[in-house]
Amino acid sequence: MSSYPRMYFKNRLYWALLATGGAVALAGLYAVHMMEHYGHIISGMNNQIVWGIPHVFAIFLIVAASGVLNVASIGSVFGKAVYKARAPLASLLSIAMLAGGLTVLMLDLGRPDRIMVAATNFNFTSVFAWNVVLYSGMFSLVIVYLWTMMERRMNPYNKAAGLAVFVWRFVLTTGTGLIFAFLTARQAYGSALLPPMFIVLSFAWGLAVFHVVQTVIYLWNEKTLAPEILNRKKNLLGVFVLGSLYMVATYHFTNMYFAHQQAFELFILRDGGIYPNLFWWGYVVLGNVLPLALIFMPGLGKSRCVMAASLLVVLGAFALLYVFIIGGQAFPLSIFPGYEVSSSFGDGQIAAYTPSLYEFLLGFGGLAIAFIITTVSVRVLNFMPQDKPYISD
Amino acid sequence: MSDIDQMSIDRARRNFLKTSAGAAALAIAPGMMLFQVAHGDTQGASDKVRWGMLIDTNQCKEGCNDCVSACNKENGLSGKTGPTDSQWIRKIEIKDVSSGRELSLPMMCQHCEHPPCVDVCPTNASMKRADGIVLVDKHRCIGCRYCMMACPYKARSFVHEPLTDQNPDVPRGKGTVEACTLCVHRIDQGLKPACSEACPNKAILFGDLNDANSEIAQKVRAVATTQIRADLRLNPGVRYQGL
Repeated sequence: MSSYPRMYFKNRLYWALLATGGAVALAGLYAVHMMEHYGHIISGMNNQIVWGIPHVFAIFLIVAASGVLNVASIGSVFGKAVYKARAPLASLLSIAMLAGGLTVLMLDLGRPDRIMVAATNFNFTSVFAWNVVLYSGMFSLVIVYLWTMMERRMNPYNKAAGLAVFVWRFVLTTGTGLIFAFLTARQAYGSALLPPMFIVLSFAWGLAVFHVVQTVIYLWNEKTLAPEILNRKKNLLGVFVLGSLYMVATYHFTNMYFAHQQAFELFILRDGGIYPNLFWWGYVVLGNVLPLALIFMPGLGKSRCVMAASLLVVLGAFALLYVFIIGGQAFPLSIFPGYEVSSSFGDGQIAAYTPSLYEFLLGFGGLAIAFIITTVSVRVLNFMPQDKPYISD
Repeated sequence: MSDIDQMSIDRARRNFLKTSAGAAALAIAPGMMLFQVAHGDTQGASDKVRWGMLIDTNQCKEGCNDCVSACNKENGLSGKTGPTDSQWIRKIEIKDVSSGRELSLPMMCQHCEHPPCVDVCPTNASMKRADGIVLVDKHRCIGCRYCMMACPYKARSFVHEPLTDQNPDVPRGKGTVEACTLCVHRIDQGLKPACSEACPNKAILFGDLNDANSEIAQKVRAVATTQIRADLRLNPGVRYQGL
């Protein structure tokens, strides 16, 4: 028995994975080129649904990028050894997802060639302009944080950097929630609940992504995650999933309490066709109930169950974002409250949206960028969690 | 070095500087003159003025689309009404759910005093001119569409396709957002917006809301007018009568 063939096989697999990631990223770039050439007419977006599938992908990646740092914060800020061993991997994933999400957001612009305009003209009343600062700041901070962890001489600054990242990512996800919270005229948005809701959602989504990647890395290195550690992490995931479900439920309950919001809630939760279906089946059942069962049911909660639960949480995230972003725009603006309205511009109508292939290519391109950054980094640097003998802290 | 040598050097230097300054002035002067000719009077919009409109819904007829056609022609819009086509002004038919009363009215950018589109624009491309006209700087817009999300009146359109045959006075651009400009190019020439001029029933009254003697200011004082979604406190420059 020789270890050579296995090693050889793994090397081949690594390059194959990288090539696949590269091909998907290239397909995304092709979509960008087409959208640049023909205009957004080739996307499914229109003057009623102005943000579509690319925004679902981008916002998932950005929110999860912030949430995955929870693992690092529990280690650096709250001093839990099990999490501290995972802080480098969490930081890497954060950088990777942030890069992927921002690329999608940027390349979906009508004029991505004017990125310098966005970088040099700031309107300080715009949440988007704040986010330009928040995202680039997060990028730099997490890189410094990684440096304090991976370079021994910088270790003394680790706690301070960890604290800065901890604060920054709360502000960042608040900024992401505020993009919608400040849209007072839209019935789906304009709620102060959105920033905290996004923060709690980020915890669950980030940890789920972390779990998936960690499981794959352990598998790759033929290691087994200690059951005590798995148990702690899966319980945490369960708590985060419950917390985020609570926030989403609160958002809808408060809406239902306001008479002027009831029509919108009925649309999203009952009458809106694809939107209630995605909400109940995609988000609630697949994204919450099933993962919670896989985590907490006696006899379940083993490594495979936790992996499945994590993947389902990610799936649920996409379903929720689709309902939130696209369903929120599909419901007509209330320009004349108390009146029935109709026009040539879709007033009073539920807007139709059929995402095009190009939008999906762009979205998956963003995922591919995050995947490539993660795969290459894990290969060339040591991101494998190094656990000391387990102590319950 | 003697004093005389020093003086002669100084004189040479002085002459050189004088000649250079003269040559520079000669080189720049024609350019400055041409700039003046090209730009004419560069006086900007005045903040003493607040351009606005008063739309009399009693005079606006259902089925009449003259304001929309005039806008399309003036601004070089295709006039198509698909979900990706630009519509700067549209006719809306409304029916009071409780009383059944029906009305027809034009809807366009309301040129708010506190425009949400300007607040949310990351690059300051959405802007409000001193005289209250809300515009998009087509050279600065990056096409993020955040303003379209923020506008309570759905007044803005995104250019989804390459454009041809544009009106030189009304520049537009693929990948940027656009909306009613209140025909700013006409206003700057002392003309009325195209929709106001085209309305057969004179339902669209245009003028300076700040000028107490203007027809619009007098009418706004005399009759009951409504600002749409007044609850949002945006103080639109477009008002409606008979709503």
